Amino acid sequence: MAELAAENQDSKLQSLVTDWSTDQETFKRVHWGKAMMWIFLLSDTFIFSCFLTSYMTVRSSTTMPWPNPSEVFGLTIFGHSVPLLLIAIMTFILISSSGTMALAVNYGYRRDRRMTALLMFATALFGLTFVSMQGFEWTKLIREGVRPWGNPWGAPQFGSSFFMITGFHGFHVSIGVIYLSTIAIKVLKGDFERKGNYEVVEIAGLYWHFVDLVWVFIFAFFYLW
Amino acid sequence: MATETAHAQVPLTQSATHDAKQGQQHPLGIYFVIWGLLFVLSTFSYLVDYFNFVGFARWSLILSLMWLKAGLIVAVFMHMRWERLALVYAILIPPLLLAILVTLMSMESDYTFWTRIVFFGLFRSHSGA
Repeated sequence: MAELAAENQDSKLQSLVTDWSTDQETFKRVHWGKAMMWIFLLSDTFIFSCFLTSYMTVRSSTTMPWPNPSEVFGLTIFGHSVPLLLIAIMTFILISSSGTMALAVNYGYRRDRRMTALLMFATALFGLTFVSMQGFEWTKLIREGVRPWGNPWGAPQFGSSFFMITGFHGFHVSIGVIYLSTIAIKVLKGDFERKGNYEVVEIAGLYWHFVDLVWVFIFAFFYLW
Repeated sequence: MATETAHAQVPLTQSATHDAKQGQQHPLGIYFVIWGLLFVLSTFSYLVDYFNFVGFARWSLILSLMWLKAGLIVAVFMHMRWERLALVYAILIPPLLLAILVTLMSMESDYTFWTRIVFFGLFRSHSGA
């Protein structure tokens, strides 16, 4: 690859221009699956941003008081009410799942199939725990009278924003659990040994980290704001 | 491991431009460091709520912790800092457009809010009506 070698001499910015203007392969040395996953995640970014922007719009245009998330999502443990406890635990679980996923990608490239699959299953298990806790949270709120059209504490838009945003995120986590389990089983079976290419694990990892990334924004805007 | 030596003979290169062996292979340590940092940053953002920070302190803390966490996830966990600039720009530049949407919608919601106040006589405490 004489061209690429020569191109290394150029500045990074120069490489950006050449890559986009060569009229052949823009994302050089990038697996097509990875490029496609990134483009999918970009579109997903816009979807979640639309949800969060709508939430911003309804929250700042309502004339009724917004329910205090700190109290709504608080839990009472041994007689003490701790604000946002469940959400904090869910956050740590999702971060940990991202950690195990990052390690799984690394072990994939080392071609350590057992470790890769093990870490991916651990990630899926964390994901499952997260969704279960979300199920618990939804049940609790529905029992307390939160509906998409109203709630006992104030602005009715609270319920619709909550169910829409966390529901769509939870759906992503659920799909991710299925996706990761499928890839983990394929890793165990040795499906990727023939080509010796474990980028599939990294691509699945991108999706999973994105789910964690979205939660960072939901946590900040919906729960902490 | 025995399996590893067996695989060493299998050609790793998929195509002329893609080398699987080169992949995104980094030392494990960095993932543990980022994992730990994310825990610390999340604890901080939880404490913002726990200690009931208000006003400027609250939202500036929430936003900076949020961006730090997001940055670490994208840069290290998603390997963005090791990708070529062509891919990085293709993914990170388009979301900047969202700033326009957010600006327009915040103007719109301000208008809606005052319309409700002026024409329906509503107020946050319902005392206006």
